[in-house]
Order: sequence, then C-alpha cells, then structure tokens
Amino acid sequence: MNLNFTWMAWTWPTAGFFLAILFLIVCMGIWEYVSPGGNPRTGILRFETTRGDRLFISLLGAAFIHIAWLGLMDASLWWALLLSAGYAICVFLFV
Amino acid sequence: MEKTWNNKAWFMVLPVLVLVAFSAVIPLMTVVNYSVQDTFGNNEFFWNGTQWFTDLLRSQRFWDSLSRNLIFSAVILALEIPLGILIALNMPKKGAWVSVCLVLMALPLLIPWNVVGTIWQIFGRTDIGLFGYVANALGFDYNYVQDPVDAWLTVIIMDVWHWTSLVVLLCYASLVSIPDAYYQAAKIDGASRLAVFRYIQLPKMRRVLTIAILLRFMDSFMIYTEPFVVTGGGPGNSTTFLSIDLVKMALGQFDLGPAAAMSIVYFLIILLFSWVFYTVMTATDAQN
Repeated sequence: MNLNFTWMAWTWPTAGFFLAILFLIVCMGIWEYVSPGGNPRTGILRFETTRGDRLFISLLGAAFIHIAWLGLMDASLWWALLLSAGYAICVFLFV
Repeated sequence: MEKTWNNKAWFMVLPVLVLVAFSAVIPLMTVVNYSVQDTFGNNEFFWNGTQWFTDLLRSQRFWDSLSRNLIFSAVILALEIPLGILIALNMPKKGAWVSVCLVLMALPLLIPWNVVGTIWQIFGRTDIGLFGYVANALGFDYNYVQDPVDAWLTVIIMDVWHWTSLVVLLCYASLVSIPDAYYQAAKIDGASRLAVFRYIQLPKMRRVLTIAILLRFMDSFMIYTEPFVVTGGGPGNSTTFLSIDLVKMALGQFDLGPAAAMSIVYFLIILLFSWVFYTVMTATDAQN
C-alpha cells in the first residue's frame, strides 16, 4: 500500500507544532500514571479543574495570546510563546 | 466493596478515536498546514509563515463579518429563548392537543436548511411571495434584495421560525417533568403566576435552557445555508456572516491559505464559547 500524504501539505514547523502537542499529551499520560486521579481542585476560577482541564485552558489561552500578538504587535512571535509559557505556568499553579 | 479500576477499558474507545482522527483531526491538521502556506493549485505549496493570520486579523472584512455574526447570534438568542419559554409555558400539558402541538412544533425542525432558505426566499419576494407582497400591499417598503435592513429582518424571522421550536421542545420536556406537588405547594402558599415561574419553573428549566442557549449560539454562529440561499450574503455584504465569507474566500477566490487562517480563528472562537458554556453547565450541575 502506497500512502500519499502530499495533499496534507506538511511542513516541518507545523509537524513540530503537532508533535509538541502530542508530547504534552504523552507527558500528561505519564503524570497521570505516576499520580492518578487528575489532581482535581478549585482554583481562582472557582470551579473544579483537573490537570487535563488546566492543559486545555493553557493551550486555548496560548492560541488566543498568539492570535492577539499577530493582530496587535509587530515584534517577534517568540515573545508570544514566552508569554504563553508564563500563562500556562500560572494556570497550572492557580487555576 | 472497593471499586476496581481496569484501564484496559480505554481500548474500547480506540475505534471512536480512529473515526475522529479521520473525520476531524486529519482535516484540522491539513487546515493548519494550509494556513502557513500559499498555493496556486496542483498540490504545490509555498511557505508564507504567519502572514495570512496577520493579514486576516488586520483586515476590516474579517472584523465586519465577525461582528455581523455576533450581532446575529445575540439577536436570535434574545428572540428565540424568551419566545420559546413563553410558548412552552402555554402549551397544553394534558389531553389530545398535546400531540397536535408537539407535531406542529417539530415540523420546522424537520425541514432541511436549504429548503427553509428556499421557502423564505420565495415567501419574502415582493412579486410572488406572500410575505413580501402583503408587506408592500400594507404600505411597507419591504424588499430584502435591495434593502439591508429588510434582508436582516428576513434572515432573523426565518431563523426564529426555524429554530424557536427547539427551545420550545426542550423547555416543554423540562416543564412536564415538574411534579404536581410543587404547584400544589405554591397554591397553598398563595404564590402568584410570576412567583411560580420564577421559583419553580425557571430553576427547573435552567439546565435545558443552558443547553438551548449553547445549541442556538453554536448553530447561529456557524449559520451558512439559510442566509446564503435567501440573500447570498447581500445586498452588498450586509448579511455576509463568517461562514459565507469563508466559503467566498476558499471556493470563490480559491485563496486557500487565508481561508485556512480564517477557519482556525473561527474554530478557536467556537472552541472558546463551547468551553465556557460547557464549564458553566457542569459547574451548575455540580452545585445542584
């Protein structure tokens, strides 16, 4: 069987992007294996979140940070990535 | 007895995962790939970085369509939800009329989107359409083909006609499940009609109303077929919602890169709203 994926128009940066998300999910799986239960808690948003929820909030927030950066700023997008990382750390600590 | 965990059960989810991968994940990945490249067809792509996103987010066209879509969703929610509650409250709870009302309510929901569009496209015409003809005969200068306000009015009335039934049926299902004892207690206490609604019926409908708002928001935010059939996005761009604009860009202009970038932003907005609604819903359930 000859699978042809040229129609998907893969590039290294987009492949890296999806591999990074896959890596994060795998890490979450390992974390769950080591410490099961998802660590549910009620943070500053005043509703219960598990680790998975916090990852989702981090990723969704990161997407909007990047979009806002592209729409409003002219500086390098790496700053948006840095900001997103900071945001994700805050989410995992306080949400 | 202690509950035993068997993680092998996760393998049962595998077929769904494969199905979702084919129907959603792979197409989504392709859209992401397209959004950073330019193509002139023939499966040849050229790297363009994040330029399409920058162009999109700084274009008036995108913000105009987005605002039109948000206004449309807000208007139809403001109309359909109260109207749906009102109809559900006044529908018979017992007797032969129940079936008649339920069938009448379900009818608009059974009609395919494009047919609804065609019905209203003809219904609103000033020459052969009953609505358009009567409106003009009564002295209103109604013409949805030329007047943006009339076009909006037609699209909104059409959506209310098509989808209020969904809100009605959801609310009705919730209302009939309220035990008689609640109403008897309210009667003993001498509660007014408004108090019964405020303290018995509305709290009982809270969950289905959240679902109704979520469903109606999502659906109206993604609306395409009905306004496309009735107005084609016109007159001018006055009823060009995000989805219509997206199709114009992707299929009309064959600008796959910008269209992919727009799809991703569109998807993220929907994802955000879905998450907010879902969280509110589950948090409310947890409180109850």
